[in-house]
Parts: sequence; C-alpha cells; structure tokens
Amino acid sequence: MAASMRLLVRRAIRLTHRNINVTTAGASGQTGCCCFSDAAGDRSTHFGFETVPETEKAKRVYKVFENVAQKYDVMNDAMSLGVHRLWKDMLLHVMHPQPGVRLLDVAGGTGDIAFRFLEYVRSQQERQRRRATRSMQTPSWQDISDNYSNENGEESKESRAVVCDINKEMLKVGKQKADSMGMGTGLSWVVGDAEELPFDDNQFDIYSIAFGIRNVTHIEQALQEALRVLKPGGRFMCLEFSKVTNPVLARLYDAYSFQMIPVLGEVIAGDWKSYQYLVESIRKFPDQEEFKGMIEDAGFYCVQYYNLTGGVVALHSGFKL
Amino acid sequence: MTTICACALTSKMWLYVGKALGRLNRRHCGLISKGCLRQLHNNELTDSCYDGMYPGHIHTTPIQKALLAVGSGVAALQNPYRHDMVAVLGETTGHLALMNLRDRMRNDPEGYTVLTERPRIRLSTLDLNRMASLPDGSFGREYLRFLEDNHVTPDSRADVKFVDHEELAYVMQRYREVHDLLHTLLGMPTNMLGEVAVKWFEAAQTGLPMCALGAVLGPLRLSSSRLQSLFTSLGPWALQNGRRSRCILSIFYERRWEQNLEDLRQELNIEPPPPVILGETNKRTVKE
Repeated sequence: MAASMRLLVRRAIRLTHRNINVTTAGASGQTGCCCFSDAAGDRSTHFGFETVPETEKAKRVYKVFENVAQKYDVMNDAMSLGVHRLWKDMLLHVMHPQPGVRLLDVAGGTGDIAFRFLEYVRSQQERQRRRATRSMQTPSWQDISDNYSNENGEESKESRAVVCDINKEMLKVGKQKADSMGMGTGLSWVVGDAEELPFDDNQFDIYSIAFGIRNVTHIEQALQEALRVLKPGGRFMCLEFSKVTNPVLARLYDAYSFQMIPVLGEVIAGDWKSYQYLVESIRKFPDQEEFKGMIEDAGFYCVQYYNLTGGVVALHSGFKL
Repeated sequence: MTTICACALTSKMWLYVGKALGRLNRRHCGLISKGCLRQLHNNELTDSCYDGMYPGHIHTTPIQKALLAVGSGVAALQNPYRHDMVAVLGETTGHLALMNLRDRMRNDPEGYTVLTERPRIRLSTLDLNRMASLPDGSFGREYLRFLEDNHVTPDSRADVKFVDHEELAYVMQRYREVHDLLHTLLGMPTNMLGEVAVKWFEAAQTGLPMCALGAVLGPLRLSSSRLQSLFTSLGPWALQNGRRSRCILSIFYERRWEQNLEDLRQELNIEPPPPVILGETNKRTVKE
C-alpha cells in the first residue's frame, strides 16, 4: 500500500519535472531561431501571458475575435455553463434603463447587451402603458383625444442602441442574429475603436462595455473616450472578469479555466490558442479596487462595483457629473 | 501501531500529491509565460518563433489530454466530417502505438532513412507534371489518378498539435500523409466503404486506438449490402494484409514514383483487392 503510494508520488513529481523540462527546452530552443530586437522606445504590453509590442496587441486581438466570431455565443454558453446570461441580465437590472434612453454598447460584437437593452426598455414601455390605461378605465372624450396626440409624441421617445465594435466579423454575426430575431428597429451597428470612438461629445445616456475592456491596449484611453461621449449625468457601466476573493473558489476557478476552457475551445471551435489567450488575459486584468481607481482617475464619480459569482465577474459603474 | 503509521504515511502522501498537483498547475501556467517573455522581449513576431517542441505544438497537461480525448471522441462521433476532431483523438490516445511504430521504423533500414530525412508529402514537394508523364500502372501515375478522381489534395492533413515528443509527432504526421497513398496501394476509393476498409487495414497495421475506433464505428453507417461485402470479402482481406504487410510508414514513397504498382504491392506483401462493387471504382473502369 505504501509502496504504491510512493509510486504515485514519484509519478506526480516526474510529471512536474517533465513539464518544467519541456517548457524550458522549448524556451531555450527559441532564442536561437528568434527575431531581431526593435528600435528602443517601443513599449510592450501583455497579450495573455506573453509580452508583445503595443502595436502588435491590437492586431492579435483582432485575429482572435475574427477566428472565434462564428462560435462565440455557443462557446460562451459552454464555458460559463449558461451563467453569462445571468451576468448580462444583472447588468441590465442594475442599469434599469427608462424608455427614451440612448445606449452605446462598446465591444458589443454579437449584440447580447443591445438586444437585452431593447427588450428591457420595450417591456418597461409596455408596463407604463398598461399602468396608464389601468388608471384611466373610464376615459372622457377629452382624455381619449389627449391620448392620441400623446401616442404621436411617444415615437420620439423611441430608445436607440448603438453597437460599436472594432471587429467586423463580430458585428456581422450580431447583425445576423438581429435579423433572425426580427429586432432590426432601434439598433445601429458601427465599426469603431474603443480608444477613439467615432462619435461626438455628449451623445449618450449610458455607455456599457461587457467583457471587452480587458482586450483594449490602453484602458485609460478607453475610459477617457467613455467620459467624452457620455452626456452629463450619463452612466458608465462595465462588466468584466475579475479576481475571485474566496481562496477555495479561486483554486477551482483557476483549475477549470486552465484545464477545461482551452479544451472546450479546441473541441467546439477548433481553436485552442484563442481560448488560451482568453483565460490568460483575465489573469492580467487589474482587480476590482484597482479598476475602480482607474475609473475614478478618468473623471467618473460615485464609482462602485458589484461582485457577481463570488468575484468571477465584477460590474463597475460610474457617473459623469 | 502499524495502522497508525500507515494512516500517517498515507495522509502525508496525499498532502504531497496535492501540493505536487497544485504546483503542476501553477508551473504549467507560470513557465509558459517565462519562456515567452525570454523569447518575445521587444521583438516582432514571425512564424519562425514557436512555443513548444515543434511548430504547432501545444503543451497539455495529462488532465487536458484526457478531456481532449473524451471531447474529441464525442465531437467526432456526432459529426464525422470534423476531421480535426478525429486527428485530435488520434494524437491524444496514440502514444503507445506511436512509440511502437517508431521502433518498427527504426528497425527497418528504409524506415530509418525516413526518420532521419523527414520527408513531407505536400503539393509543393510533389512534381505533378513529372508524375503525370509516368506510364500507367506506375505508382506515381496511379496516385495522381486517385487524387484527381476523388478530388482530394495531400495538403488537407491537419498539423500535429498534442503529441509531446518531436519524433513521435513526425511519425503521426507521416501516418496522416501516407493515408492517401494507402488508398492507392489498396485500390480503395474515398467513399464510406473504401474508408472503412482502409481503416481496418490501418488498425491491424498500426494499432492506433483512433483507427480501431473508426474501424468499429464506421460500419454502423454502411448499407446492408455494403456491410455484407465488408464482412465477407473486403474486411478479412484488409485485416489479413494489415497484419502481414511490411510497415507502410517505413517506405520512402517519394523515391518510388516510377516503380510499378503491382511490384510495390508485392514488395509490401499486399494482395491485390478482391473484386467487389465499390461504387467509384466501377465509374473509373467505365471511364477508361
């Protein structure tokens, strides 16, 4: 019994050593084959656990999302076991948009947030209308004619959502979804970079970015742009993967992320590396407090965050005053 | 007394195993970053820089390999047209069979040459014009005819990703590239019956679990008449020849295009295929 235990332990140790040897052998083999250094002054940033020049990161991120666009929604469901829908529903619940509000959804790609927004606002409108009719069960002729003129006015209170994404493939998938769901009205699809938005100042009531900000090369710039395009009184909302506080959950989450997610990526989407980048980029993103500090530095007020699923996802919110 | 000692020992061992596995997880993530940092320090990325033992190699832990094997098996069963899943299944389950194949190749003089020179079969390395000018009945001419008739190309084979040994990865790659040549050698078309027959041959020859799985599950999709021909004549022929023929990976095919196909079959100890209605072969004879 002890002998077999010893064997198991020795095997486990050999596995760790093998992994070390394999990766170091790989690393030493590359210094020979590799490329020449660039001019000094080229800043570098992280691409997952790799370090790449800043100019390179945007290109590589674009490539990743171009590859995963078709299977993006299927993979989201598989990786989060459907929980990502609850996170997005929570974002809308906290947002609590009223009819007539203009939303800008950056890195909105396949349109999940924009669709939820439109549904929420339309159900709010329904509720308001029902409340109005309930309170006016026996209307006089004067009330009825007032109602008719009101209805024409309500057209202008139509909510609009603009979906902005840097990646055309993701927008294409989003548009196809919108067409198949019959949700064409009230939506615009714009190609744009979060660090340099193609919109004028003070345009939107709500700026949302769900699971997109960690892919941006210069997060501070994206926050500055958010401040610029929001109207005074506008709200900034960001849904992003964050640090898990509970240590037991953190271990499980790490094991699941690194062991399971690239495998799912390979089996479902045929792309291991993109999903390896995904889990690595989550680890590189600042934690809740640090990100809150960054949002405050950009000039937002009343910044707060809510932890969802034990800190796996954090919802940050700030106001432009 | 001894039971207490045994309990203490086992709990200590489990603690050790737990720590080792935890370290395995962290080291795996941490070391990949170290290797890449050293490599990509302020540099442009080119295709010559790769992370792993060979271009396209992806490091996987044993847990990941197990998950991949199960996942790719399920995906391949659900959608047999997902060749990449069949490939992944082969790579994650074939370690022992690959070692066996490599040893067989080493023991054969021509196989040893293949292992050292590492030839690759791709459109860029084949001289199609020269092969088209070869006489009918020669290996190169028949192979070209097979490619044209079945509208396949040798470049459609996926690269090996999950084999953690450079030489074994080459053996796997060679096996994939030789598959089309095997169709020519055995005279099998690329319809379902032909593929199943080739799979039976490969399963008997190589012992790869993926081939065995394909050999067992392939017949499930055949019609009853084809099943009959498989079980009565084609199947036994494929199995017998698979067992007794020389290792098909040991042949340096690139140097044998001019050789007569029948001679090559005799040299490899492969009997000509039994006369069975296979669909595409009929069409071919009508054309000629």
